Amino acid sequence: MSTERPSRPKMPQRPPEERIKDFNEVPLGLSEEVAVAEARRCIQCKKPTCIEGCPVEIDIPGFIKLLSQGELDGAIAKIKEKNSLPAICGRVCPQEDQCESKCILGRRGQPVAIGYLERFLADYEREKGVKAPSLPPPRDKKVAVIGSGPAGLTCAGDLARMGYKVTIFEALHAPGGVLVYGIPEFRLPKAIVAQEVDYVQSLGVELKVSRVIGKTFTLDDLKDEGYQAFFIGTGAGLPYFLEVPGENLNGIYSANEFLTRSNLMKAYLFPRYDTPLKVGQSVAVIGGGNVAMDSARTALRLGAKEVCLVYRRTKKEMPARIEEVERAEEEGVNCIILTNPVRFLGNENGWVTGIECIQMELGEPDESGRRRPVPIPGSEFVIPIDTVVVAIGQGPNPLLLETIPDLQLNRRGYIAADAETGATSLAGVFAGGDIVTGAATVISAMGAGKRSAQAIDRFFTDSNSFPEWRQ
Amino acid sequence: MAKILKKEVLTPQIKLMVIDAPWVARKARPGQFVVLRINEQGERIPLTIADFDLQEETVTIIFQEVGKTTMVLGDLEEGDEILDFIGPLGKEIEEKYFGHVVCVGGGVGIAPTYPKARAFKEKGNRVTSIIGARSSNLLFWEEEMRRVSDELFVTTDDGTYGEKGFVTQVLERVLNKDKVDLVVAVGPVIMMKMTSLLTEKYSIPTLVSLNPIMVDGTGMCGCCRVTVGGKCKFTCVDGPVFDGHQVDFDELMARQRIYLEEEKRALDAWLMETEKEGAPYHVY
Ligand SMILES: Cc1cc2nc3c(=O)[nH]c(=O)nc-3n(C[C@H](O)[C@H](O)[C@H](O)COP(=O)(O)OP(=O)(O)OC[C@H]3O[C@@H](n4cnc5c(N)ncnc54)[C@H](O)[C@@H]3O)c2cc1C
Ligand SMILES: Cc1cc2nc3c(=O)[nH]c(=O)nc-3n(C[C@H](O)[C@H](O)[C@H](O)COP(=O)(O)OP(=O)(O)OC[C@H]3O[C@@H](n4cnc5c(N)ncnc54)[C@H](O)[C@@H]3O)c2cc1C
Ligand code: SF4
Ligand code: SF4
Ligand code: FES
Repeated sequence: MSTERPSRPKMPQRPPEERIKDFNEVPLGLSEEVAVAEARRCIQCKKPTCIEGCPVEIDIPGFIKLLSQGELDGAIAKIKEKNSLPAICGRVCPQEDQCESKCILGRRGQPVAIGYLERFLADYEREKGVKAPSLPPPRDKKVAVIGSGPAGLTCAGDLARMGYKVTIFEALHAPGGVLVYGIPEFRLPKAIVAQEVDYVQSLGVELKVSRVIGKTFTLDDLKDEGYQAFFIGTGAGLPYFLEVPGENLNGIYSANEFLTRSNLMKAYLFPRYDTPLKVGQSVAVIGGGNVAMDSARTALRLGAKEVCLVYRRTKKEMPARIEEVERAEEEGVNCIILTNPVRFLGNENGWVTGIECIQMELGEPDESGRRRPVPIPGSEFVIPIDTVVVAIGQGPNPLLLETIPDLQLNRRGYIAADAETGATSLAGVFAGGDIVTGAATVISAMGAGKRSAQAIDRFFTDSNSFPEWRQ
Repeated sequence: MAKILKKEVLTPQIKLMVIDAPWVARKARPGQFVVLRINEQGERIPLTIADFDLQEETVTIIFQEVGKTTMVLGDLEEGDEILDFIGPLGKEIEEKYFGHVVCVGGGVGIAPTYPKARAFKEKGNRVTSIIGARSSNLLFWEEEMRRVSDELFVTTDDGTYGEKGFVTQVLERVLNKDKVDLVVAVGPVIMMKMTSLLTEKYSIPTLVSLNPIMVDGTGMCGCCRVTVGGKCKFTCVDGPVFDGHQVDFDELMARQRIYLEEEKRALDAWLMETEKEGAPYHVY
């Protein structure tokens, strides 16, 4: 055996000039040989710090050990003890900030590629076909899950595995939340999401799409239908705008509209699909997060000649995953940093023609610890463009919340819920995911769904639980 | 899935359908709308709830064939199913006693005017209705409107039926001779704009029902944003009914034209495919 340790593998990916012509997935996945070799790099720590970095506490050394021994079925089963959506998390988890950031090998060299290995195992299982596990005897308690994003899907799946009757109500016509309407096909193939949803349904979960809770049914209507516990996982779907002059000009989209038209409505297949999406020659995306990267890369694939990102801090502060910023740049996206829009300029027909921007510099750190951008007086300049995507963040959609006036919200308008259980101020009502934390990650939403499923089980089986609801 | 129980051709381009949709019918109120998607490839389009029946648990929609989606819908028959039928969406109008309410309906906007007029009538208001269309063959529901109104006026732009001219000229006459407490206008944007400009001169509160392009209809995309009183509002959740004196109608008209080219492409492709000829194409 060679004494030289192999190094962390690079994810094979399609070349930029090829991939910007279509919406097919960019990273290709590891081969079995490379995955097993990488698994052998893990030193099987006695006190594995990597687990602390995973919001659902996957037994990382456990699954990696099985993989290193070539026991692929055992390895994926180990992951699935904690994470029911590994094919998704292996693709979109910000591993570099989570599990991998805590890997001991990262201190001296390169951390184990935990995310790639998870993805490899999930894909292996998917290609083989997934069997539904055997279910315990059914219990006569009905739970309503509102929203079919990662939080709702996970909560529903876990409750079904405990024997509860679960119905998911989803406002849109397709389940998956951000996984279907937000994250593009080239990063997360929709067939994978569909398979995960099928799996949850195979556990006996009933799925009702095109039902807007708060409008079609209220929470009280559902109580009348016999639902005894509720999990609200409605996400952070309200798009924020900059609120600067000219923002309603034609050609200016919220990232939600832009991505929904492309992903959910399949505008990239127009006119085979009916929903159009107009992308000009020169597109500016405002923002620096994952949503901004996804919008910029989508714009390129829809035929834009030039795409720039306009971000008010520097690349270092961008909240997007490093991998995604790199991929966007490889594909030709141009980052204009330390720049903030002050107004949009338009022509006589009401179409946007440019953005007047002001240059920024970094001042003192703010509450988030990042240095606050401050405008430099007199530094205004114009970026000529014909399409703008505003990707500066999302908030809580008030549509459902307004219909439950007794439900306590926090200062920012999200649902106030216990971090451990998701219990809200209303008896039997739990909440988790982005609607509690604000825009976060797929895996943290799943973690919340999981913890609430446990809590809902306790709510039904332990009459001493949740005393605050029981007086 | 929602089944089409009944189909009626009101004018060559305006069709009525009664849809089996208990989940919408149970909650529907005047002023609200649905979003529908006909099939897997389909666009999501908003249509006003023109009527609803709690006993039968049905919802009536009335639509004008202006583009691909409304034409494909118009080709469906009784017994066919619509893939997604979502609602009721938007806020209801405030149903209460105002006194004398004038309801103005233009073109296909007559349909959404009807449940509002009926609701005002039920609350004891005196209801005067003015309905108008470009030509007599675009006019419908005169009898229905008469039934829920104390007085009804009918106009056509070309004078082929009723009084020749625009609804606004009748409205002006009513405003001159009568005390009016509220005007409600639903129709093409230009008609709602002219109506609002007129009632502003008389300082009469005016409600309009806006019809911007929408995608989700639940406040998630911001496509339907309009400027009302200088503020950005989402029509699908904050509306669709707004104070007409506060609405920036010119911006709304510009935003309705975003997809003109693509809409024409989609329609032409579909006409070619289905070998339909000379189907009417006009955009308001
Ligand atoms: C473009 C984009 C890219 C992202 N990229 C990443 C990434 O790479 N990695 C990562 O970890 N995270 C990423 N995120 C964040 C991640 O997707 C979210 O944190 C996560 O999806 C939140 O899950 P959730 O279940 O709380 O809500 P959501 O996924 O938002 O799902 C909520 C669901 O509830 C439905 N709903 C809302 N209101 C109602 C109602 N009244 N009645 C019925 N249904 C309702 C919605 O339609 C939606 O389907 C990204 C987000 C976006 C927008
Ligand atoms: C709240 C609301 C209620 C409405 N109620 C009715 C109604 O009761 N009866 C009726 O006939 N029409 C109604 N409309 C308008 C109707 O939605 C459009 O006519 C329909 O979407 C056109 O689709 P299309 O594919 O046939 O035509 P397209 O070829 O797509 O478009 C033709 C015209 O319709 C407009 N339009 C296109 N897409 C949309 C969209 N998604 N939403 C709104 N307008 C669009 C375009 O600006 C264009 O002027 C309503 C619109 C709104 C917002
Ligand atoms: S779920 Fe995410 S954080 Fe947890 S081990 Fe997998 S990639 Fe890492
Ligand atoms: S910290 Fe790194 S090396 Fe240690 S067990 Fe976890 S993955 Fe393996
Ligand atoms: S249609 Fe999407 S926010 Fe109104």
